[in-house]
Amino acid sequence: MTTPLTANVPSGRRPRRVGIARIGIYAFLLTSAAFFLLPLWIMVTTSLKPRAEVWEGNILALPAEFTVEPWIKAWSEACTGLDCNGISVGFWNSVQILIPSLVLSILAGAVNGYALSFWRVRGANLLFGILLAGAFIPYQVFLYPLVRLFSQAGIYNSLACIVIVHVVFGMPIMTLLFRNFYASLPVELFNAARIDGGGFWTIFTHVLLPMSAPIIVVATILQVTGIWNDFIFGLTFAGRENLPMTVQLNNIVNSTQGERAYNVDMAATILTALVPLAVYFLSGRWFVRGIAAGAVKG
Amino acid sequence: MVTARSPAAASPRMLGGRADARPARWRRQLGAKLALLPLTAVVIVVYLGCMLWTVRLSFSSSKLLPVGDWAGLQQYERLFANDRFLLSAINIGIFGVLFIGGCLVFGFLLAVFIDQRVRAEGVLRTVFLFPHAMSLVVTGLAWQWFLNPTLGLQKLVRDLGFAGFTFDWIVNQQMVIYTLVIAGIWQASGLVMAILLAGLRGVDEDLWKAARVDGIPAWRVYLSIALPLIGPMVVTATVLLAVQVVKLYDLVVAMTRGGPGIASEVPAKFVMDHLFERNNIGLATAAASMMLVTVVAILAPWIYARYVRETGRRT
Amino acid sequence: MAEVSLRDISVAFHSLTVFDHLDLDIEEGEFLVLLGPSGCGKSTLLNAIAGLLEVETGQIWIGGRNVTWEEPKDRGIAMVFQSYALYPRMSVRNNLSFGLRMAGTAKDEIARRVAKAAAMLQIDHLLDRRPDQLSGGQRQRVAIGRALVRDADVFLFDEPLSNLDAQLRNELRVEIKRLHQQLGSTMIYVTHDQIEALTLADRIAVMKDLKIQQLASPQEIYHRPANRFVAGFVGSPRMNFVDGRLLPDGESGWRFTTDSHVLRLGGYAFDGQPQPGQEVTLGIRPEHLQPADAGDWDGFVVEMTEPMGADTLVWARSGPDLLAVRTGSDTAITAGSSLTLGLPQDRISLFDRKDGRRL
Repeated sequence: MTTPLTANVPSGRRPRRVGIARIGIYAFLLTSAAFFLLPLWIMVTTSLKPRAEVWEGNILALPAEFTVEPWIKAWSEACTGLDCNGISVGFWNSVQILIPSLVLSILAGAVNGYALSFWRVRGANLLFGILLAGAFIPYQVFLYPLVRLFSQAGIYNSLACIVIVHVVFGMPIMTLLFRNFYASLPVELFNAARIDGGGFWTIFTHVLLPMSAPIIVVATILQVTGIWNDFIFGLTFAGRENLPMTVQLNNIVNSTQGERAYNVDMAATILTALVPLAVYFLSGRWFVRGIAAGAVKG
Repeated sequence: MVTARSPAAASPRMLGGRADARPARWRRQLGAKLALLPLTAVVIVVYLGCMLWTVRLSFSSSKLLPVGDWAGLQQYERLFANDRFLLSAINIGIFGVLFIGGCLVFGFLLAVFIDQRVRAEGVLRTVFLFPHAMSLVVTGLAWQWFLNPTLGLQKLVRDLGFAGFTFDWIVNQQMVIYTLVIAGIWQASGLVMAILLAGLRGVDEDLWKAARVDGIPAWRVYLSIALPLIGPMVVTATVLLAVQVVKLYDLVVAMTRGGPGIASEVPAKFVMDHLFERNNIGLATAAASMMLVTVVAILAPWIYARYVRETGRRT
Repeated sequence: MAEVSLRDISVAFHSLTVFDHLDLDIEEGEFLVLLGPSGCGKSTLLNAIAGLLEVETGQIWIGGRNVTWEEPKDRGIAMVFQSYALYPRMSVRNNLSFGLRMAGTAKDEIARRVAKAAAMLQIDHLLDRRPDQLSGGQRQRVAIGRALVRDADVFLFDEPLSNLDAQLRNELRVEIKRLHQQLGSTMIYVTHDQIEALTLADRIAVMKDLKIQQLASPQEIYHRPANRFVAGFVGSPRMNFVDGRLLPDGESGWRFTTDSHVLRLGGYAFDGQPQPGQEVTLGIRPEHLQPADAGDWDGFVVEMTEPMGADTLVWARSGPDLLAVRTGSDTAITAGSSLTLGLPQDRISLFDRKDGRRL
């Protein structure tokens, strides 16, 4: 029991040895990181090179001669067919589509979620079930009849049309998000408001909406990236005048005649990715929370 | 998600007799009913109406314009005799298996390795997940450029001195589908990582301690203890990925345009092309209906399992 | 069986240094309880002994072997957790044998040990069930069984009964005590429940603020608490405390005075040297106060009585002092009656009011 403390016996922290396992872990993670970053890296470097260097040089290398000309070209001069006004046209179209779609789809989700979670309306759960199941159905199943309906209504190929489509197809996830959020609030809150004489809309606007900030942030992140990244709806419903950025980008890159300007293409591609990437990098943990809310509970 | 509380279920009967309560309850719910009208309309018109309309059209002889006749299975017979559709179906099968398997394995490995108290965990997570924020069009164009044989990866390796190196999958009819798989995994495995990592972090810390005291090696703990625990999350991730597979369209259009030739055609693109370019509504709706059937076949067991589990618990 | 010896131990936990150079010796076959409120560091200490937390300084010896740098599995320990920590989706049998299989133990040896542990804990009939088919009490029995099959020299328990309801807690407490008697192994047991500590322990280490406040037998802890915290934490209903001061009494004696009462301390054994005028707190347990016709302190009025079955608690007030008195359940005392209390000298404790230490 009374072995004296000596310097050579194990004592205190275990000496750190960099084990082979540790090296393996970092090797795997860094290789993976390289795999994820490589396409981004070559996009950026390519977009900053002059045309000749793109054809001659190493795709991974930093530009020897640094130029922002491809970016300027991509923004204001790149051609889709005969139109040569750059991807800025698509950018502003996407903004125009995004804002009303965002506001309306969040509003619709909030009202639906509220009505579904706090008010038991007969048949509401069945409707909600169908709506959720609908979220899994490929869009191709709905497209043609929708085109016919919008044509009948005279709004096919218009801003209103694409906004309605985004609100409709954003409805399942938005409703789910708000419904789950409201269901997690204490029922007493709602009951107290009821006893105080609040009606359907008063309770919503005065009690619940002010508490909904966190879920509105999550919904905004999901919808901004979702609507901005949409391709198929923009292609089908927006019409020539309102083509969103993704569609225009694809047209610029994939329907050029003659020799392709890869540097301009890549600049345009990055420009298109910029808004969702900004949302991603600025929102940090909220983005993951949005995915979790949309994915894990769904 | 299935078991939300519904506070309004608290019986209104305490307010008075049955006879008074009915209209009072009806009036009180009027606001909720009105608020749910848009949702009702969307469900009935879009999710049910449009779907049934598409299925109906697939049984007609519609070509350029929809026709209301009854042509039986004629369109389906044509569909299954159509080389392009059959190739699409095979392609989506290959893509689906490799993409889902790849994302699950790679995403799980990423989650496990990142769970080893590594430095700069936040940075790594950000790097692994950022492709998920990008549109599939952007993803497709980036990989199209990177895999370009004359200027991209192949040239890079050849310039390094390996003159015989060949990596021309994107222009190779046999291999092009695998380039789509690579791009797809790049885009989606971060999502799997995020979902599974959240699951791993939720595993009771005492379990890890118990396993350490028992001397169970870490890899064995992950496989035999943690993986079964996060099973529901693996299922959720699988369902999400499966839905992405069926919807696969943007990525193909941007990256390969279905080519070279028709080597990378997929069903969603088949439907779009026949609807809007080839004006063959009957064939397009038949293909869309086949997609619908596939999704139902994938989802039905999942929903069934969930439903059975829920009701099983309740009794 | 083995003794456990901590020498000069410090642990870093959430950038806090816990246990500055702590020494603690636990004898072979001893049952030591680490008792304290949550956040006192008792689980941290247990994790350090198990090797689940690394120590900053010092050494840990188990069975005469320096295990400071050893992995938990090589320390000759077994551990039972509050949340049971059973391996999910594995049958009870596999839960018990998983560690042994990983260690490459022979099959018949595994079977023998599992059968023995199962018999000891009466879980033989549960061996083919899975954890989610078991009740809380059964799960904790399985968790204890998993510790038993390791044939460890030292058993560590981390609040094993905290998730169970009162009835099961009593049942398993007896079970653990029986196991200790049968096996004779060294056991270290962490809890915040003083009843568990008093009933199970050979020695109790009462902890607070990441330090050991008192390390002694349950008797000693209960009757001669080392400071005000230990006095208040151990015992239910709680010890009564009365603030006052010490004044010299006669040649060499002392008396304890409050505004309304005086107690001559002829028979009190002081630990330290009291100072005249020193501000102190007098502590006495409810069962040691003697309601009498004539006693040390009079003028108490009964505010209320709480019958607790076996006995009755009487709450008596005099001025600012509200004292609990434990009487038989057949007591005639009722609310409103006046009371005189006797304070036996050998039952009281005096604490310095500044540092709380026993005088």
